[in-house]
Order: sequence, then structure tokens, then C-alpha cells
Amino acid sequence: MLKILKYSFYDLMRSKWSYFYFLFYLLLGFLLLFLNNDVSKGIITLLNIIVVLVPLIGTIFGIMYFYNAREFTTLLLAQPIKRSHIFFGQFLGVGGSLTLCLVLGLGIPFIVYGLMKSAAIWDFGLLLVVGACLTLIFTALAFNVALRNTNRIKGFGYAVLLWLFLAIVYDGLFLLSLLIFEEYPLDTYALIGSMANPIDLSRILILLKLDISVLLGYTGAVFKSFFGTNKGLIVALLILSLWIVIPVRWMIWEGNKKDF
Amino acid sequence: MSYKWAIGCILFGMALVQAETIKVCATCTYSSIKEAVLKAQPYDTVLVEKGVYKEINIRIDKPLVLKGLELPVIDGEDKGEIITIVADDVYLSGFLIRNVGTSYTTDYAAVRVIKSKNFRIENLQLEKLFFGIYLEKSSYGKVINNSISGDAVEEYNSGNGIHLWHSNNIEVLNNRIEKVRDGIYLEFSDNILIQNNESLNNVRYGLHFMFSNDDSYVENLFENNGAGVAVMFSKNIRMTNNIFRNNWGPTSYGLLLKEIYDAEIKNNRFVKNTVGINIEGSNRILYSLNNFENNGWALKVKGACYANRFEQNNFLSNSFDISYNSHLNDNIFERNFWSSYTGYDLDKDGIGDVPYRPVKLFSYIVNRTPETIILLRSLFMDIINFSERVSPVFTPDNLIDASPQMKQI
Repeated sequence: MLKILKYSFYDLMRSKWSYFYFLFYLLLGFLLLFLNNDVSKGIITLLNIIVVLVPLIGTIFGIMYFYNAREFTTLLLAQPIKRSHIFFGQFLGVGGSLTLCLVLGLGIPFIVYGLMKSAAIWDFGLLLVVGACLTLIFTALAFNVALRNTNRIKGFGYAVLLWLFLAIVYDGLFLLSLLIFEEYPLDTYALIGSMANPIDLSRILILLKLDISVLLGYTGAVFKSFFGTNKGLIVALLILSLWIVIPVRWMIWEGNKKDF
Repeated sequence: MSYKWAIGCILFGMALVQAETIKVCATCTYSSIKEAVLKAQPYDTVLVEKGVYKEINIRIDKPLVLKGLELPVIDGEDKGEIITIVADDVYLSGFLIRNVGTSYTTDYAAVRVIKSKNFRIENLQLEKLFFGIYLEKSSYGKVINNSISGDAVEEYNSGNGIHLWHSNNIEVLNNRIEKVRDGIYLEFSDNILIQNNESLNNVRYGLHFMFSNDDSYVENLFENNGAGVAVMFSKNIRMTNNIFRNNWGPTSYGLLLKEIYDAEIKNNRFVKNTVGINIEGSNRILYSLNNFENNGWALKVKGACYANRFEQNNFLSNSFDISYNSHLNDNIFERNFWSSYTGYDLDKDGIGDVPYRPVKLFSYIVNRTPETIILLRSLFMDIINFSERVSPVFTPDNLIDASPQMKQI
């Protein structure tokens, strides 16, 4: 498995897309900090980008890689290697290289601009952890979609639709349900509803760490009493890791079962 | 003969009018302030030298100058009220007064002025107090350069720093008030000038107005108060050049207006408040040249606000510029600068060619269902905000700034 991981990882690290992705974050980080020169403000702006862009890139990279490496995967399947090792190794290769690009691309500018001395270091750390989780989640989801669809166009379409659903449509439906049931106490519902979507969960987790959390008012207080504590943070991170583990397990199961 | 007699008469008269100076110290004739005040004649001067005087209920019932040299301490030992002024023309200055008693039935104050005129209270330092300076049915007085620092934690067992009740024509200048319930409190008090004070870290409001008309407050700083500044049920209030800063918390406002008519709010700065100004039932107010920076909501307009004008204000990086809870709009927004304005200025006259709509759909939705605030900063919200801006359906469609400025004012 390690060999496969190593192969996919180096393969991706050599590809120009990884460099492009890395340079994009590097530029973004420098630009943001150059424009407002305030590390904690930079984090707020970055939040918007991370919760939308990271899942999208994870999805597209994941699905592209899987389809491109299809012949190679078929070749590997003929070898005496466990199937689970092949898929898991490929997944870790893609997810790992994307996470590395993200962490280095954003980390370097922030460190250059004096993150270490700033109080925002923990918020930034959380931002990176959340970014890494989102990368892994959406790569795993993309692999699942790719495994189920041999047709590239269809698979690509489904993967983008999945991203679209979790990033935008889900919030729309969620909002609609909140408006419909506005007569009822909605705090617990809102809490559960936002935990069910990894993008929402990540967004709220970071929002609560920043001082705009008081804008959330009473609902925010409910959220803060849950996520604000260490216990809540652990629960949230646990849910995020569940979001990684379940699609990965599913992918391996699907891969074992699939007739290539 | 008559010449000499006349001189004698004048000398005698001068001796009568000549105010005496009475000294108070540990080794003087008088070692207690209370005793000295009691013995003093009207218009005398009582000078108190350095030391700690453990006294309460010092009652000044004649025109008098009571002055501390090198900040003597009057310690009430938590027993009750310390100085009560019930006469006109009293000048009180230069004491450190501490340990005013706390009571749940009587409002003990460090200094209370009752039904008096022409008083001047100056250079006092108040510590560990219940009420600080309490003016009751008094007028034409000045409260200057005092420093009040309490240790209030809860609202129910703490008092106000400077409390005006049924008083008028008072000037409150250059005071610094910290950690009490309400920094400055006015009730039924007209023609008051509050200038250049600092009101910080108070449990409730930095400044609290109730039923008080024709007052001005200028050049004050209100920072980090539990609920900001509240101005309620008052007419003709002038609020200019104040700074409202860091009133940050779930129930906090920079400025809370309720039932205010014909006021002027000009040249103020609202920085980092949860709500810059919360407006309820307030009419004919002119808001001009104010700066709203980094607030959660710059303006929260609730019901029944008519004929207000918002002119030439700067709205800079607020999470929401304006929240409005009705479809009706009778207020005018003109020539403001909005940092989130995305229009253009083709004819280069400094005024944007596209009107700005300050109310976002999201702020409308949040007003209706507060729980939806958890969708703050989600992509979906950005998208529907954009579509609402293009063709308004839910937000009042005449609520626009038709002449948004391109540059900060």
C-alpha cells in the first residue's frame, strides 16, 4: 500500500496542476495579507474561499486522477496486491498531495507576515485542519462517484453535482426548512442540520472561533455553548473524521466488489 | 469725626462679610469634617488636610467651600451616604471618597445634591461606591474632572456613576467613569451638557437617558459597556463628536434609540459594536457625517421610524450595513459612502451611477427567523443577496441611496 501511496503522491507532486494549486494558494495568501495586513482579518476572507474552493478542487482532482489512472489501476489489479490497498493508497496519494499544497501554500505567506507572533495562530491552525479534512472528504466522495461510473462524462457531472449540492443547494434547502418551521424552537434542529453537512460544519466551526460569533445572537449562544467548548470541538472534529472514514470505507467496499 | 466713623463702619462691615477659613486635620481644632462643616458660617471655607477621615452623613446646609488639600480620604466604611448638599452655592473639591454603603432600600451616594443651585463638584475621586454623584432636583451646577471607579458586577446591587434626577442646566465635563451600573444616568433632566467624559467598562449603559429633553452630549468616549448607550423617550437631543467603541456582546449596542424625536446625531464614530445604532420609534432625526466601522450591524432599524435622514455617513466593513424589519420606508439615505458598494462612476462626478441598496436579503431573513444567522458567510447567501440586489422582492424597493459616494467622506 505504501508503494502505491508513494507512487500516486510523487506522480501528483510532479504534475503541473499541483504546482498550479500550490502557487494559487501562495499568491492568494500573500495578496490577502498584502491588502489588509491583518492576520485575523485575512483568516475571515480565507474562510470564504476554503469552504467553497477546497471541496471543489478536491472533487475535481479526485475524479480526474481516478479516471486518468484507470489503465494503471487495471494493471495493478492484475498483480497480487490487495484491492483495498490499491484504492486506499491512491486516495491517500491524491488527498495527501492536495493537503500539502494547501498547508504550504497558505502557511508560507502567513508565517512570513508574522503569524507566529499573532494570537490568531490557533484559528489559523483550525482553518488548516478544516481545509485538510474537507480535501480528504471530497476526494473520497469523488473516488466513490468515479468507482460507480465508468462513463467519465457522467462521473464528472455527478461529482460536480455532489459538490454543488453540499456547497449551495443544501444551504438553500436548510434555509427553506428553517423558514417553514420558524414558529418552532429551531436551535437543536439548526445544530443538527449544520453538522450533517461537512461544509457547513467547517464554516461554523471557524466562525465561532472568530469574534463575529456574537452576531449569531441567541442561536450563536447555543452553538457556542456546544462548539465553543473543547468537548464540542472534539465532537465536531470527530464528525469531520467520520465524514472521511465512511466514504473511504465505502469506497474500499465498492472497490472490492466491483467487477473491472 | 464723621470721616473716622465712616472708616470704622466699613472695617466693621468687612469683618462681618469676610469669610473665615476653617482648617481640618488630625491635630487642628477640628479633627472631623462633619464638625467643621457644622460650625462654619455661610460662605466660609473649610480646608481639609491630608489624612483619612472615617465619616458618613456630612450634611452641608449652608453655602460653603469644602476643599481637600493633597487629596484627603473620606472613608464611609460601607455604612451609608457620605456627603449631602442641601444648600445653594456649594463648592466641593479634592477628596478621595471610598466605601459608600450598599443598600437595597436607600440609594446611598458618595455625594448627593438635593434641591440646590449653583454648586460645583470638582476633582473628586470616588472608589468602591454605590451611587457616585447623585443630583436630585438641582440646577445650574457643574460636575467637573471627577474620576469614578466602581467594582460593580451585577445590575441589581450596583448604582450609577453620575445620576441626574429632575435636574436641569447642569454641566457634566471631563469626568471618567468606570465599572458602575450606568456611567451617567439622566431622568427628567433638561438642558444638560455632557462633554468630554469617558465612560468605560460599565455593567449596563455608558450613558442612559430617560425622559430628558434639550440635552447635548459631545466629545465623549463610550467604550466596552455592557449594553452601550441608551437614549430613550427624549426630545431635541444633540449627540455630536462622540466615540462608541467595542460595545460587543449578544445584547450590546453602540447607541440604542427608543422614542427619540428631533435629534441630531453628527460626527460620531461607531467602531466595533455588535449593533452600531439600534433605532426604534424615533422620528425626524438627522444622522450625518458619522463613521460606522467594523460593526456587526451598522444600523438596525425597527418599527415606526419616520422622516429620518441619513446623510454623508461612512459605512466601512460592517457585516450588515442596515437591517430593516418592514417593507415600508420613510427615511432618506443620501450621499453616504458604502464600502460594499460595487457600482461605477462613468461621469466622474464622485457619485456612483447606480443606486446602492443597503439592506441585504439575508439581513431581512435573519430578522424574520433569527436562527438562519448560522448561514452567515455561506456561498448560498452570497448568491441570493446578489439576486435580490439585482431585482428586489423582499426588501423595501425605495430604500436606496441614489447618490452613493465613490470616496470616503
